[in-house]
Amino acid sequence: MDFNDTAEEAKFRKEASDWLSANAEKKEHSRDVYRPAEMTGEGGESSALQDAKDWMTKKYEAGWACLHWPKEYGGRDATAIERVIWAQEESKYKVPGGFHEIGQGMAGPTMMLYATEEQKKQYLPPMAKGQEIWCQLFSEPGAGSDLAGIKTKAELNGDTWTINGQKVWTSGAHYSDYAILVTRSDFNAPKHKGLTYFFLDMKSPGIEVRPIRQITGGANFNEVYFTDVKIPDSQRLGEVGDGWKVALTTLMNERLAVGDASGVDFQEIFELTKESDFNGENAISNGGVREKLADWYCEYAGLKYTKMRNISALSRGDTPGPDASITKIVSANKLQDIANFGMDLMDNASIIKSDDKDDIRALFQGSLLGAPLIRIAGGTDEILRNIIAEQVLGMPQDVRVDKTVPFNEIPSGSKN
Amino acid sequence: MNFEFSDDQLVMKEEVRKLFEKEDSVKRNRNILEGEENFDKDLWNKVVEMGLTAITIPEEHGGIGLGFLELCVVAEEMGRAIAPIPYSSSVYLATTAIINSSNDDVKKQYLPKLAAGEMIGTFAHSEELGTPTSDNAKTTFQNGKLSGDKIAVPDGDIANLFVVSAKCGDKVGLFLVDADSKGVEVSKAECFDGSRSYANINFKDVDAKIIEDSSSEAIDKLLNQAAVLFAFEQVGGAEASMNMAKEYAMGRYAFGRQIGSFQAIKHKLADMYISLTLARSNCYFGAWALGNDAPELPVAAATARVSATKAFYECSKENIQTHGGMGATWEFDCHLFYRRARLLSANIGGQSLWKDKLVSSIERSNLPQ
Repeated sequence: MDFNDTAEEAKFRKEASDWLSANAEKKEHSRDVYRPAEMTGEGGESSALQDAKDWMTKKYEAGWACLHWPKEYGGRDATAIERVIWAQEESKYKVPGGFHEIGQGMAGPTMMLYATEEQKKQYLPPMAKGQEIWCQLFSEPGAGSDLAGIKTKAELNGDTWTINGQKVWTSGAHYSDYAILVTRSDFNAPKHKGLTYFFLDMKSPGIEVRPIRQITGGANFNEVYFTDVKIPDSQRLGEVGDGWKVALTTLMNERLAVGDASGVDFQEIFELTKESDFNGENAISNGGVREKLADWYCEYAGLKYTKMRNISALSRGDTPGPDASITKIVSANKLQDIANFGMDLMDNASIIKSDDKDDIRALFQGSLLGAPLIRIAGGTDEILRNIIAEQVLGMPQDVRVDKTVPFNEIPSGSKN
Repeated sequence: MNFEFSDDQLVMKEEVRKLFEKEDSVKRNRNILEGEENFDKDLWNKVVEMGLTAITIPEEHGGIGLGFLELCVVAEEMGRAIAPIPYSSSVYLATTAIINSSNDDVKKQYLPKLAAGEMIGTFAHSEELGTPTSDNAKTTFQNGKLSGDKIAVPDGDIANLFVVSAKCGDKVGLFLVDADSKGVEVSKAECFDGSRSYANINFKDVDAKIIEDSSSEAIDKLLNQAAVLFAFEQVGGAEASMNMAKEYAMGRYAFGRQIGSFQAIKHKLADMYISLTLARSNCYFGAWALGNDAPELPVAAATARVSATKAFYECSKENIQTHGGMGATWEFDCHLFYRRARLLSANIGGQSLWKDKLVSSIERSNLPQ
């Protein structure tokens, strides 16, 4: 049992680290992160977006983008463990990110399995290069956790599909160039049988994107409306009516893409309890406070070492355990509780809103408001518990009243 | 990175698991709980025959000369099997205390006997209600003689050898007492987990040998080492409890279907799995720190201890809940694990103590970076 790289791993790490140190600025501490030069627009991402695109292109040109993809599509043919090592090294640098995950992490792998060779050659290298951004048009007002309940309609005339309907919670739709899309092509078939999956150009006529303001005040999510949007049949991924199978491929990759919740963690609450006054002493002297710190440290460490066990499995060439679901449940709830408790420790001071990113209050306030989104995005806590119970422990699925009946006979959506 | 036990260690784990399955260790636990014997001598002999009491003892002292990592995998199986034997007292505590010692005479005299299972050792530490720490012993050691009262000594009525904490000048050290020495009075005590045996012990001017008398740190180290090993036992017990709950939920039908198909039960099982996974991962780091005698041991041991205690409590209580009324009967085995979870939560200091120790260790080490 050790934490050392193998000789090949060490060689790869050095190569990665050498390139990074020549091309990026190293962080001085964990909170010393990349900050965009300007914060403009509703989502405040205009300069961050261009910076992220340019950083991806720089990596692409040096062979450090989409590491695990085949070289012919813009990747590096790297092993899973090399991908982990790269991520570890890159996280030591102040570099922009957060825009390419859906494309490279979800759309790309799906295209890899279902697109034609010609399409893969056309779309995947630009996706890796990073100037083109992709989004995922899946959830609808009546279909969130119950994704297969979507109603966006796809009708085929000749070799062209016409799309009508509405999607929601679409991250980044307002700056995306392309999208992956699940639609219903047959309303008389049972719900999982009548779906068809496409990719499309977000500049297609008939697409309207409207931002949704989140509880954080930001607007990274959107509603996307389709009015007679045309998609050539050549952009269908998988068979007609087989879209659920294709969507599952995408979702399996989503679970891997959504990792740790970002925001306050053990380090921040530990520092805060050392600094906060509590009845004339530092809060960390209080037994109740110490018990909470211990619990959070155990979760923090437990996730850290679970990740290391998974990395070890990758290093041996084994498939890691399905522990990505655990990571999100535990880290998102920990984030919420730490943020709430931290604000409690600040007492009245926490009530005064701060937008100064260097103010500890802003960090805790932002985390408190962001945590509910993380507990929901990419699979709610409840859906993830189902996944653990069914896929890890092998327990039976819920009884389903909607699996065999025609979709148009199933009640759905909100009745209040 | 190779944050996993070696193939040899995993083979050893499998062998131990097979032994306990073959011997129906859970049934043996119940026999001890319900009967008059204070431990299962037959099972103990089989464990000794397999060499499990000799794992960490150097070959020069009659042992196998393996390391703590091997002991960790065995501990997990001891926990899964809720084995009714004095293994933890003799191996994690007494043997480790003597291995840690710089007193070669003591090693030479006792380690071969502990390795061969001819002697069973234990650690006599607690003196009153409250938490065993490195400095709260009132028992004294002076001029080769030890005096004082110890309570809740695990396997105190079984052991022939006591490692005893006692004040020596302004330090609290560790000393060794033969159970048949003059002045040792053992009173068997009824135990909350009747599959294990406990005793209160009075020492009156008893001959004692020095294991460590120059600093109180020897006790802290021993408790940290034992905490990792007990944490593996707790993880084994927690996993066994979770699996019992799962099997019952798959086979029990209510409202026309398997109760395991209800989200109320599935989410309960998912929570057990989460708690168990975090505990197991923390135990792995504890194993690494223990095996390497790393400076991270105090943080690693407390982290493993706190999360494994939580996992075994949660899994054993929710296993009963999943079983419904049957889970709360004497007849079903659920309570055997629930009792063992409680015993293991208290034996080297309770959850609040270890949480406090954890935060103190983090403060001292300036972790995490």
